[in-house]
Amino acid sequence: MSQVAVDVPKGGFSFDLCRRNDMLAKKGVQQPSYRKTGTTIVGLIFQDGVILGADTRATEGPIVCDKNCEKIHYMAPNIYCCGAGTAADTEAVTDMVSSQLQLHRYHTGRESRVVTALTLLKKHLFNYQGHVSAALVLGGVDVTGPHLHTIYPHGSTDTLPFATMGSGSLAAMAMFESKYKEGMTRDEGIKLVTEAICSGIFNDLGSGSNVDVCVITKGHKEYLRNHLVPTPRTYVSAEGYKFTKKTEVLFTKITPLTEKVVVLEGGDAMEE
Amino acid sequence: MDQSIQNDLNAPHSMGTTIIGVTYNGGVVLGADSRTSTGVYVANRASDKITQLTDNVYLCRSGSAADSQIVSDYVRHFLHQHTIQLGHPATVKVAANLIRLFSYNNKNMLQTGLIIGGWDKYEGGKIYGVPLGGTILEQPFAIGGSGSTYLYGFFDQEWKEGMTKEEAEQLVVKAVSLAIARDGASGGVVRTVIINSEGVTRNYYPGDALPLWHEELEPQNSLLDILSSSSSGPDMMIS
Repeated sequence: MSQVAVDVPKGGFSFDLCRRNDMLAKKGVQQPSYRKTGTTIVGLIFQDGVILGADTRATEGPIVCDKNCEKIHYMAPNIYCCGAGTAADTEAVTDMVSSQLQLHRYHTGRESRVVTALTLLKKHLFNYQGHVSAALVLGGVDVTGPHLHTIYPHGSTDTLPFATMGSGSLAAMAMFESKYKEGMTRDEGIKLVTEAICSGIFNDLGSGSNVDVCVITKGHKEYLRNHLVPTPRTYVSAEGYKFTKKTEVLFTKITPLTEKVVVLEGGDAMEE
Repeated sequence: MDQSIQNDLNAPHSMGTTIIGVTYNGGVVLGADSRTSTGVYVANRASDKITQLTDNVYLCRSGSAADSQIVSDYVRHFLHQHTIQLGHPATVKVAANLIRLFSYNNKNMLQTGLIIGGWDKYEGGKIYGVPLGGTILEQPFAIGGSGSTYLYGFFDQEWKEGMTKEEAEQLVVKAVSLAIARDGASGGVVRTVIINSEGVTRNYYPGDALPLWHEELEPQNSLLDILSSSSSGPDMMIS
């Protein structure tokens, strides 16, 4: 047992190239940028369960690469997870744990618990020592009640009644700290979550576009995709796009396929 | 935006912390603040740094949040196995040594200072400190975390053998609130856990119920209240 250490998983991520990357960076070679979700993600516990919220902007450096991406990921019928950080990492890690949870459900015959998802995520992220850049807000309702957790890229977790993550987390937390109270109703909760995400959308450069909300209660969940569109396109030309030159049709030839293909009725069965 | 204060939300989650463990006649009292910081942002202002290892042994965590959580999870698992194999509750010494084995054997990869406290029927209440390198030290009282630097002198003065349970808990609460007053990385509420032959009691002291120290201001609802009333407090800050 004294030999127990963090086991390096066989196959998969190799840390060897990290040294090379550091060396290249010191020489001045620019690292290729990866797609990060700038993000504001939030979660709160209300009287009947959990409400999760997220913005929908994905950025690649200074460019918005996806104006309407989905940051609230499915984990189990009663558990959802918002993800901030590198988009590939959050997608991959939530998909992986979601399938592990499915297998676990088959094994045990029971509804998944939020702490199970939490432990699976935390163990995975700790093993990669923060290199899997996924900061998650995990929420769900199981037999033991509603739960809300935050998980950081290095593998530490917190259990909170309301939580925010991502670059817009400070703006959203300001809304929560001033307006959160225990035992809110569904409508009050959705309103507060929407306000918090909007605060991130308007005050943080890495967050924007629309608000997604997911309400999870005992035995029931509602995924409100694009619940609010606070920044609609205002200038849309009424005439639509006008192309200066229409496509000219130069030549038409129609070949019915039955001329080329011979269809055999019946025939011999295949034999070894 | 000033680059030096721009907080990196991917910075490792560390617990600035003040953690304390104190023995008294009959058991131990563990105490901690509740602030977890990511750079200069307070990621969790009400965290619980005193985690349970077994029914009679608890652990105060400081340093990297991830590392200390993982170590406590592993040790809880092995202690559970050990208890099953042994047939009766594990002793505090065994729990502390398991923590020490993890900390020492993985010293290159872990950054965590821990205080183990508990009660068993052989030795009574015991406190063990396992700081960064994986040393194990049995002590009548132990302090750890960034806020502990402000408490060495305080404990040299105030510590006495054979305190009662109430005296010990008051000492712990006073010490943590002093450290919170001076250390920026400690704050929030004060949590204490008392472990003795009768069982475990958890207490919670909200931040506004703690005593104020030298020139600390009362909590205000708005800066306007301070500025409009005549007070000598804020003059220090206005040049």
